[in-house]
Amino acid sequence: MELICPAGTPAAFREAVDSGADAVYCGFRDETNARNFPGLNFSREELGEAIGYARRKGAQTFVALNTFMRAGHERLWYQAAADAVRLGADALILADFGLMAHVAETYPEQRLHVSVQASASNPDAVNFLVEAFGAKRVVLPRTLTISDIARLAGQIRCEIEVFVFGGLCVMAEGRCALSSYATGKSPNMNGVCSPASHVRYRHDGGDLVSELGAYTINRFPREEAAGYPTLCKGRFDIADASGYAFEDPVSLDVMDQIDALREAGVSALKIEGRQRGKAYVAEVVSTLRKALDARPEERQALLARLKLLSEGQRTTSGAYEKRWR
Amino acid sequence: MNASKPTLTLGPVLYLWEGERWRDFYFRIADEAPVSDVVLGETVCSKRLHFTDPYYQPVIERLVAAGKRIVFSTLALVTLERESHYVRALVADSPYPVEANDLSALALLEGEPHWIGPFVNVYNAATARVLARRGARNICLPAELPASSIEEIVSQTPGIDFEVLAFGRMPLAISARCAHARAKGHIKDNCQFVCKDDPDGLPVKTLDKQSFLALNGVQTVSFTCQSLLAELQDIVASGVARFRLSPQDCDMVAVARLYEDVLHGRMEAEDALARLKRIYPATPLSNGFHHGQEGAAWVARARNIAHGANA
Repeated sequence: MELICPAGTPAAFREAVDSGADAVYCGFRDETNARNFPGLNFSREELGEAIGYARRKGAQTFVALNTFMRAGHERLWYQAAADAVRLGADALILADFGLMAHVAETYPEQRLHVSVQASASNPDAVNFLVEAFGAKRVVLPRTLTISDIARLAGQIRCEIEVFVFGGLCVMAEGRCALSSYATGKSPNMNGVCSPASHVRYRHDGGDLVSELGAYTINRFPREEAAGYPTLCKGRFDIADASGYAFEDPVSLDVMDQIDALREAGVSALKIEGRQRGKAYVAEVVSTLRKALDARPEERQALLARLKLLSEGQRTTSGAYEKRWR
Repeated sequence: MNASKPTLTLGPVLYLWEGERWRDFYFRIADEAPVSDVVLGETVCSKRLHFTDPYYQPVIERLVAAGKRIVFSTLALVTLERESHYVRALVADSPYPVEANDLSALALLEGEPHWIGPFVNVYNAATARVLARRGARNICLPAELPASSIEEIVSQTPGIDFEVLAFGRMPLAISARCAHARAKGHIKDNCQFVCKDDPDGLPVKTLDKQSFLALNGVQTVSFTCQSLLAELQDIVASGVARFRLSPQDCDMVAVARLYEDVLHGRMEAEDALARLKRIYPATPLSNGFHHGQEGAAWVARARNIAHGANA
């Protein structure tokens, strides 16, 4: 199985390649990708250099153009696709049908991957994207169990890539407007979720309160470590009870299921985290590389150290485990 | 672009209503509501299907007798094998047009006239044209689209109809996980259908007691109710053919009459808004998405603001 690694900066990109990534995915510095954060992503020159660097070291580069084209401004996405193709991207990761159709027609030789944001969660959906746009790989939404994936793999005509480590969307990706409901900015339209521009922290008595737009997302007593107010990981009141209504502040880690994923027919394992620094990328990629190459009985010891890097130091198997539902 | 008069569509009931209540709701819609099209069918959770199954025949007969056009909705999230089977059977057997709410339905409907629901991501005309070529006849656009996108998509996609959500809590997210069941101490696989206790959704408040969201099984909807009344004539002018009213736990016949009156110039929007607040009093109205702002916002007299925000 391939290891697909995130890079939000050229430095992180080189770290990922040097640490053993089979492919690195990244995006341009604008709203054409779903990690449109300040200070992140690549200029055209930087991407060209990164692709060259990866190629010399035997790694591939996937370019994420995985937001939905803003009506009337499609040029921005078409130009991004043209530049990524020209610079030698090994694959484009796309979510929007209009953009998929454009790429399939204009660059029929270009390898096209279906982004998790497209929400292709069943065989009819995946095969539609294969037939209509020539998709070669689908990144599956984090809504499936491993047995769901195994069943799907037998019925589709393309490769499967799944998220195994890092941030976890609780909602079906590409179909969530929670962020824009509170802030006006969404993953689909702006490439951001719960954007820092709309985050505020304030003290209230002994508590630290985190807010997103006009809404309180969490409240931390002095003894509790405060986290970033990602909307779906917040604490809310339902009836008379307070708690994490959607998901705790946990991150995804299913690296202990590597063999089951391989047997299910998965071709590539994806690490989330283009917003993370190069030290994090180096540590996670090198550890997961070793784990992937190690014998099963050696893996646990290797993976234990990753727990320290996870959000809130707590992890979940997410939807891969049936009881998570 | 549609030259004929714009009409109202009743969207599918997104919540789990008990079978008899569901039936009686549609009987009254058939008899009294000025809607042209009625989208029927479970959209949120495949576990709920058996509640309404026995009542489809009488409901369809009554609606058809009243001259309503029927459209069948499909599930927004199709993951399990039985869900795939359900969508395939619906597409194969339906005597009425089907509204695709996920990519599998979209795939299966190629070549026959069909509708696209608001759960399929149509953010631009390039996408709308792909869908139109495959047989889409009506596209209900996603709730988060601003007016500027709606105008652009409609003007650049001739030959098919567009629909905009004009009333109802906005669908914001769907998950494999059931937050509604979990809020009541269950998980999805053992949910005991607790969502039927909340026919208008289960409110989610912030820790500072601000009303924020509502749970509807695996779906999360807005606490506010989208209300495009003052904007209706502008949207008509941009070529939108249909307006969707999404059923809430209030007098939907009164809601439909109100929208029909504003649509045909028989009532001023301000007057209609005041009446709407009395029909659905506990839920604040919002129109922020339409004006390029946060979805929960209420923008009064917003035409200029909206264009400014999206310029």
